Amino acid sequence: MNKNFFKITGALSFACALCAFLLSFVYESASQRIRENEEKRITSSIEKLAPRAKKIELLTSVEDMYRLENEENQLVGYAFLAKGQGYQGKITLLGVTGPDLKYLIGIEVIESVETPGLGSKIRGEEFKKQFEGLNISDPLSLIKEKPVKDNQIKAITGATVSSKSVVNILNKRIEQVRQKIN
Amino acid sequence: MYVFLKGLWKEHPIFRQLLGMCPTLAVTNTARNGLFMGLAVIFVLFFASCIVSLIKKIIPHEVRIAVYTVIIATLVTIVDIFFKAFFPDVSRALGPYVPLIIVNCIILGRCEAFASKNRLLPSLLDALGMGVGFCWGLFLLGSIRELFGSGNILGFTIFPACYNPLVVMILPAGAFLVLGFLVSAMNCIENRRKR
Repeated sequence: MNKNFFKITGALSFACALCAFLLSFVYESASQRIRENEEKRITSSIEKLAPRAKKIELLTSVEDMYRLENEENQLVGYAFLAKGQGYQGKITLLGVTGPDLKYLIGIEVIESVETPGLGSKIRGEEFKKQFEGLNISDPLSLIKEKPVKDNQIKAITGATVSSKSVVNILNKRIEQVRQKIN
Repeated sequence: MYVFLKGLWKEHPIFRQLLGMCPTLAVTNTARNGLFMGLAVIFVLFFASCIVSLIKKIIPHEVRIAVYTVIIATLVTIVDIFFKAFFPDVSRALGPYVPLIIVNCIILGRCEAFASKNRLLPSLLDALGMGVGFCWGLFLLGSIRELFGSGNILGFTIFPACYNPLVVMILPAGAFLVLGFLVSAMNCIENRRKR
């Protein structure tokens, strides 16, 4: 055996242990702030989409879902996170629905890495606005022309995959949420 | 003084040594992203060089690269956590490229080629020079791409509204184009000076 075995292993292990200790300390002091940042982003998006919601409460029965109430503690809607695969990476959406889960109040893109100039337009107002007031009793459908029914979304030209991903992610999550709520 | 200055121009990490191409090409779609990436690299490079220079005598030769990598990874993770806690927007924009600073060859390169052979003060100057050089390179690249790709710099509108943005500039191809032009411009200036 190499006579330096203990010296080498010891030095490397010591360096690793020291760094791990330092990191755990740094992470511990910052983790609270990081969580707050994420929550703040979600709640501010909810407030923007549903100004009537004065109380936002995280549900315990359904994962990543919020109950929205007005000043008189009446239910005004639900908000939920929906995650899935986009064209280039993960997409995280925030959806806000009415109290009966029959229509969408609006959506917001929390996280996406779609192609700049094409798929990134799912973050644009023009695309997001289409979801406002949509009927979600039936699954949303994506079309290439101007929508005629109240559950249709017009795909972004040149970014069909990204548009389709958004619609699919929402449909899947709405279905899941509806089963848990009812 | 030369130790510091050579990183800014003569041995510029991006335009002369062509090191650290991954962040150079990937995150310079806006000036702000380039700037923050540059600042992160300055921080990591500075402290990594500092630590490596201080402990160069007590690390066994066989595992020195492994130890450097652990030190660099620790510093990068600190930067990543810091950005997430205090600059969440920047953190989202840079995405996985902050953790990827670990494999940025400028940092390991300077630790191995310079800090492990020199005393503390020269090592710090070298790290600062290289870091600032890298930072201005990224900032310039980001500014040019943002200017032509969206008509802004740092979010301020430069070109009038009638300007039709060249989307290719903020796509990966734009990074290669701009980098190519900047490297050739740099070579051109250097060749003129030699004559």
